[in-house]
Amino acid sequence: MLLSIKNLHASINGKEILKGVNLEVKKGEVHAIMGPNGTGKSTLASVIAGREVFEVTAGEILYKGKNLQKLTVEERAREGIFLGFQYPVEIPGVSITNFMRTAVNEMRKYKGLDAMSGAEFLKLMEEKKRLVEITSNLTNRSVNEGFSGGEKKKNEIFQMAMLEPTLAILDETDSGLDIDALRIVANGVNKLRRPDNAFVVITHYQRLLDYIVPDFVHVLFEGKIVKSGGKALALELEEKGYDWIKKEQEA
Amino acid sequence: MQTDLKESITRERMMSLFEANHPLLFANDSSTLAEIRERAFLSFSKLGFPNTRMELWRNTDLKESFGRGYNYHLQPTEEADVQKVFRCNIPHLDTAVIGQLNGWFVSKDVPLMELGNGIIMGSLAAARKKYPQLVERYYGTMANDSIDGFTALNTAFAQDGVFIYVPDRVKSPKPVQLINVIHHDENIFLQSRNLIVLGANANLSLVHCDDSYNYQASFSNIVTEIHLGENAMLDHYKLQNLNNDSTLVSSVCFRMEASANLESHYISLNGGLLRNNIRLLFNGPHGNANIYGIYLMDRKQHVDNQVFVDHAHPDCTSREMFKGILDEHAHGVFNGHVLVRRNAARTNAYQSNKNILLTDTARVNSKPFLEIYNDDVKCSHGSTTGQLDAEAMFYLRQRGIGMESARMLLMFAFADEIVQKIAIPQLRQRIEDMVKKRLQGELQICEQCVLHCSAPERQVEFNIDTAKI
Repeated sequence: MLLSIKNLHASINGKEILKGVNLEVKKGEVHAIMGPNGTGKSTLASVIAGREVFEVTAGEILYKGKNLQKLTVEERAREGIFLGFQYPVEIPGVSITNFMRTAVNEMRKYKGLDAMSGAEFLKLMEEKKRLVEITSNLTNRSVNEGFSGGEKKKNEIFQMAMLEPTLAILDETDSGLDIDALRIVANGVNKLRRPDNAFVVITHYQRLLDYIVPDFVHVLFEGKIVKSGGKALALELEEKGYDWIKKEQEA
Repeated sequence: MQTDLKESITRERMMSLFEANHPLLFANDSSTLAEIRERAFLSFSKLGFPNTRMELWRNTDLKESFGRGYNYHLQPTEEADVQKVFRCNIPHLDTAVIGQLNGWFVSKDVPLMELGNGIIMGSLAAARKKYPQLVERYYGTMANDSIDGFTALNTAFAQDGVFIYVPDRVKSPKPVQLINVIHHDENIFLQSRNLIVLGANANLSLVHCDDSYNYQASFSNIVTEIHLGENAMLDHYKLQNLNNDSTLVSSVCFRMEASANLESHYISLNGGLLRNNIRLLFNGPHGNANIYGIYLMDRKQHVDNQVFVDHAHPDCTSREMFKGILDEHAHGVFNGHVLVRRNAARTNAYQSNKNILLTDTARVNSKPFLEIYNDDVKCSHGSTTGQLDAEAMFYLRQRGIGMESARMLLMFAFADEIVQKIAIPQLRQRIEDMVKKRLQGELQICEQCVLHCSAPERQVEFNIDTAKI
C-alpha cells in the first residue's frame, strides 16, 4: 500500500473540515476524488502535503508505511509526494530554472546523490518541457508571474515531470483550462503514469476523467468519503449531479 | 590644540574646536572659500545637531552614537598604508581607484591625476590649489548649509576629500571607484567632502564605497556634491559596509541640468547607524533620475534613507525604488519627498518603498510623500511592509526545498529586483554575491577586509544557483 488514510480528522482555526476520511491508494493506480465545493477536497490534499495551518485531530496517514505526521512539508516532498496546486503561487524574482534546479538538487541530496551539472539539468528541462508541450521560453521567467491560467497549470505538470513523484495529488488541475490545455495537461499525466507511482486527481467535473481514466472514483461530501466506485461513478455524478449524493446522505 | 580629547559630540565641542583651530582650517582658503566656511560655521552655530524633535529626524535618534566618544583629528595622524585602502577594489573590474583613509585622501602616486582626455581626479584640497576657479564655480552650490546642521558642520570643517571633473563631451573610459576606508585604533569622528562635476554631455560611472576594516567605533559625516551638466550621464553607486559601531551620515546632493540622466544606487549591507540624505534638484527640463536602494539590516542596526527630489522644471522624470529586509531588532526608515513646483508641468514621479520584516521586533517607518503644485503631472507612491509570503514558502517547500533555502530564495528574489538595476556586470555579480553572503549571515567585518575583495572570486553556495542558465 502506497498511501493509507485512516479515519482522518483535520481542522483549521478550530473548525473541523475532514471528519473521518478513509482512503487507500496502491502503486500504479489513479484515484479521482470528486465532490461539491467546500466539502474538504483541497483540505485533504493540503493535509497530505503537510500544510501547517491544518491540524490533524484524529486518525493517521501512512505513506510507504511511515506515519506522515512526523515529516515536514519538504521531507514529504523529498519522499515523493507532489501537490499540483489549484492556485499556483506567483514568485517574482525566482526563475523557474533556478527554482527547479534548487528543488531537483535538494531532492538528490536527500537521496544521497550528487548535484546535477548545469548541462545535465538543461537537458532534463528540455526533455520535460517537450512532455508538456511548453514551447515558449517560460523557464527563464519568474515562477508563475504573469502566466495565464493554462500556463500555470502546464507549469505544475512540468514541475511534476521534473521531480518524478511517487504520489502526485493534483488539486483541481483542470479548473480554468480550455479544452486544448486540458488535453495537454492530461497527456502529460498519462505519459508519467508508471506501475510504481500513483495519482490522486481532485476534480469538480467529469470532463478531465475522459482524458485521465481513473481506476477508482470517490465522492467526498461534508468531510467524508461517502461513496466509492469505478469510472462509471463519475459518469453517474455527471448525469445526476451532487444533489443525488446529498439526498442519499440526508436519508 | 584640543583635537584628541575623546569626548562625545556636541555643538559646544565643535564650536570651540572651530575657534581653536581657525588658522589650520582657513590656511588654504581663497577669500571665496573662507567666506563659505565662515557662513557655514554661523549656520551650524544656529542649527546645531539634529534631534528627534525635528520632523526629518523623528525616527533616527543619534544620542547613543554621539555619546560614544570620539577623537577628532584635524590632520592625518598616520602615514596611510596605501595597500590597505586599495586592496578593496572589485575583482575583474578595471576601475580607476581613488582612496580615502579616515577621511583623508590617499594616493598611490600624485594627489591629482590629470588624464589626457581632460579628466581630473584626486584630492579636493589639491584641486582647490591648482584649479581654484573650477572648484569655486561648483563648491558649496549644491549642498545647503542653511537647512542641515551636519552639512553646515561639514562645510565649516572641510579640508579634504575627492574631486572629480569630467569635461564636456568626455566619457570616462572606465568606472571610477572611490573607496572610503575607516581604520583606526581609536574611536574617531571624521568628515570628508567630495565634489564631482560632469560637464555637458559628459559620462561617468562612479562606485563610491564606505567600508571599515576593524571593529572600532566611528562617526562619519560625509558630504558629496554632484553636478550633472546638460545631457550628462552619471551611473552612481553608493556601497555601505561598515561595522556595527559605525555611524555614517552621508549627504549626496545632485544638481541636474537640462536632459541630464542619473542612475543612483544605495546599497546598505552593514552598519550601526546609516543615514543617507539624498537631495536632487532638476535645474532644467527633461532630466531623468532613477534612485534605487536596498538595505539588509539585522541586530540593532539602523538605516534611514531620506530622499528629496525637487522638480523645479517641467518634463522631468524621477523614480525612487527602495527595498529592505530587516531582521532581529533592526530599524528601517524611509522618507521620500517629491516636490513638484508650479511650473513643473508634465512631471513624472514615482516612489516606492517595500520592506520585509523577519521578526516581530524589527521595525519600519516608511513615509513616501508627494507635494504637488502643478495639475499636469503623473505621480504615484506606494509603501508596503510585510513578512515573507507564507503561500510562496509552502509552494517552495512542497517542491522539496528546505525551509532555510526557501527563505533565502525569497529574500534574494526580493532584493534582486534592485540588484538587477546595476549596469556594470562585474559589480552586479559582486553585489549579488555580497547580498547572498549577507542574507546567510556570512558577510561580516573580517579581519582582513570587509568585502573579501582581496580573495579571488569565490563561488557562493546556498544550494541556490542564481546564475541565469
